[in-house]
Amino acid sequence: MKVLLFILQKEFRQIFRDRIILAMMTFVPIVQLSILPFAANFDIKNINLAYLDHDRSPYSEKLMHKIASSGYFELVGYPFSYREGLNQIERGEADLILEIPAGFERNLIREGKQKVNIAVDAINGTKSALGGGYLTSVLADFNANLVMNIQSPVGAAGTRVARIEIAGMSWFNPREEYKYYMVPGILVLLLTLIGGFMSALNIVREKEIGTIEQINVTPIKKWQFILGKLVPFWIVGIIVFTIGLTVQYLVYGIFPQGSLFTLYLFAGIYLIALLGFGLLISTVSNSQLQAMFVAFFFVMIFILMSGFFTSIDSMPGWARQMSYLTPVTHFIHVVRLIVLKGSGLEHVLKELGYLIVFAIVLNGLAIWNYRKTS
Amino acid sequence: MMVEVNNINKTYNEGEITAVNNVSFAVDKGEIFGLIGPDGAGKTSIFRILTTLLLPDSGSARVDDLDVVKDYQEIRRRVGYMPGKFSLYQDLTVEENLRFFATVFNTTLEENYHLIEDIYQQIAPFKTRRAGKLSGGMKQKLALCCALIHRPQVLFLDEPTTGVDVVSRKEFWEMLRKLKQQNISILVSTPYMDEADLCDRIALMQNGSIMSIDTPANIVESFPKNLYAAKAGDIYTLLKQLQGDEVVESCFAFGEALHLTFKSDQDADNTVKRIVAEQQLDDLEISRITPTIEDSFIRLMRENATETETDGK
Repeated sequence: MKVLLFILQKEFRQIFRDRIILAMMTFVPIVQLSILPFAANFDIKNINLAYLDHDRSPYSEKLMHKIASSGYFELVGYPFSYREGLNQIERGEADLILEIPAGFERNLIREGKQKVNIAVDAINGTKSALGGGYLTSVLADFNANLVMNIQSPVGAAGTRVARIEIAGMSWFNPREEYKYYMVPGILVLLLTLIGGFMSALNIVREKEIGTIEQINVTPIKKWQFILGKLVPFWIVGIIVFTIGLTVQYLVYGIFPQGSLFTLYLFAGIYLIALLGFGLLISTVSNSQLQAMFVAFFFVMIFILMSGFFTSIDSMPGWARQMSYLTPVTHFIHVVRLIVLKGSGLEHVLKELGYLIVFAIVLNGLAIWNYRKTS
Repeated sequence: MMVEVNNINKTYNEGEITAVNNVSFAVDKGEIFGLIGPDGAGKTSIFRILTTLLLPDSGSARVDDLDVVKDYQEIRRRVGYMPGKFSLYQDLTVEENLRFFATVFNTTLEENYHLIEDIYQQIAPFKTRRAGKLSGGMKQKLALCCALIHRPQVLFLDEPTTGVDVVSRKEFWEMLRKLKQQNISILVSTPYMDEADLCDRIALMQNGSIMSIDTPANIVESFPKNLYAAKAGDIYTLLKQLQGDEVVESCFAFGEALHLTFKSDQDADNTVKRIVAEQQLDDLEISRITPTIEDSFIRLMRENATETETDGK
C-alpha cells in the first residue's frame, strides 16, 4: 500500500509538471463547453432565398415580407428569370428559389388557388430539407391568413371549413433549444477524451521512454503500477467533470434536474470503463503515436455512433446494435436523462448495469492482455 | 558465486535470430566482470535475462543464489540495474528520482547515503534540476545512484559509458572501483576495448557466443603470435600489398597504423627487413608491439569466422 502511495505521488508530480497537459485538462472543458454548443447548432438559420416574382402584385409582395420577417430567411436576390435564379444557386449565393408565377394574385382571388415553385440546393441535406420545410410552413400560414379564407361568404354556414389546429409543447426542453441537447453531450465527450486518451498515452510513454525497464526491475508489482496510472486519471476525470458541470451552470444556466450523486456515480463508473479501454490500448501499442491512432479510431466510432449528433433510433438495425456496444452511448443517454429530465437512479438502472459490464470487460481484457505481453 | 550462468540460449523471431548462444560464466563476490563485444553481440539480452526482464529459451541462471525464473521477485530486491538507455523520469528532478527509487525499495535516501555519497556529491549542485536537462555524464551518475540506492548485492550496468565523454568515462570507472571495495559484484558491458583492462575478468563476445573468458592480462598474454605495427605515408597501398603477401597471416588497420602477424614467427625479423626493402614506400616503419585486448578480440573473431566456414563446408 505504501508503495502505491509513492507511485501516486510520482504520477501526480508528473501530471502537474506537464504544463500543456495541465492546461488541456482545465481549459479544454471550459473552451469546448463555451464555444461548441453555439457553433455545433442544428437550428437552421440564415437560409439564403432568391425571390423570383413574375407577378409583382400586392399579394406577392406581402408574401415576400412575410418570408423575410420569419427570421429564418435572408433574401439575397430578386432574379428576373428562373435561369438567373438557378445561376445564383450554382454560385452558392442562394439556397432556395421561390418562384411566383404571373397572375398569382389574380388566380388566388378568382380561382381560390395558385401553385408556386420551390427549387432547393440539396448539397447540404439538412439545410435544404429544413429550409424547404420552413418555407412550406410559411406558405401554409400565409395561405391560412388570406382574406378570402378568413372571410367566408356571409350566411353560407355550410361552407365553413372545419380545421384541426395543432398546438405543440416540448417537454424537458420547452424552447427546443439545441444547447440543452448539446452541452451534456459535450461533457461526456470530455470525460471520454481524458479517460481514453490520457491513460493510454501515459502508460505507453513509459514504454517508449524506457522507464518501464527500470520500474520492472524494482519490487513494484504490476497491479501497483497499473493502479498508480489509473487512479490519477480517474481523479483528474472527476475534476474535469466538475469543471464541466460548473461551466454548464454558469454559462448556460443548466443545473442537473436529477441528483448529483447519481450523476457522479455514473461518471465514476464510466471513467473506470474508459480507463480500462485506455489500458487495453496501451498493452497493444509500443509508441505514443500508435496508441494515439488506435485510440482515435475507436473514440471516433464511439462518438459518431453514440447518439451524440444523431438519434440512435433512426439508425439501421446493425448500427443500433453497434451503438449499444459502445459505453459512450449509454453514458450520453444517462447524462441527458439526469441533467434534463431529472431521472432518478431507479430509472437508469439498466444503463448502470451496462456501464458496470463495460468496466469489468474492458479492464479484464486489459489485465489479461497485459499479463500475456509481459 | 554472485552470478552463475549455465548454457543460456535465447532466440528472437521464433528462432530466426540467435541473440545468446550457449553462454556460461560466473561472477565472484566483489568482482568487476566485463562483457566486451560489439553492438549485437548479445550483451543486453544477457543483462535482461539476469535482471528477470526476459526469459531464456533454455539453460539456467542464478543471481545471488536465486533462480532468475522462479525467484524473480526476490532477485529484483537485490540487484541494481542500469539499462543502456537512460530510463529515469526525465520530468522529475534529480532528487525526486532518487527518492522515488529509494521509496519503492522501501528504503530512504538517508539510509544508504554513504554508498552513493561520492557520486551524489558530484550531481548534488543540480539536485533541483530535471533529469532530462542533465548532461550525458551527469545522467549516468544519477542512474548509477538510483541503481545503488537500495544497496544491491549485484550491479548490472549495460553499456554505462556509451555516449559519455572521456573524462566522465574515467570518473565512472573510478567509481566502480570504489564500489568494488564495498564488496558489490558488478557485471558491466561495454563496446570499448580500452575499458576491458579496467575489469577484473572479461568475456569477449561475438554473435551471441563467448569467445574467451579470462583476466585481461591473461587474454593479452595468450595472444599466440608476435604482433607488428606498420606505418607508412600511403597506408592504403601498404595494406593492399601486405594483405597480398603470402608470409602475412593477418593485417588490418588499427588506428593510424596496420597491425600484422606472420604465418611463422621464426626468422620474423628477417621477414620484416625483406618487406621493408621490397615495398619501397615512403616512411615505412615496422616494429614489434605488445598486443592489446582489441588485437586478441579481432584475432578470436577471425578464428571463429574461419571455423564456421570450415564447418559449413
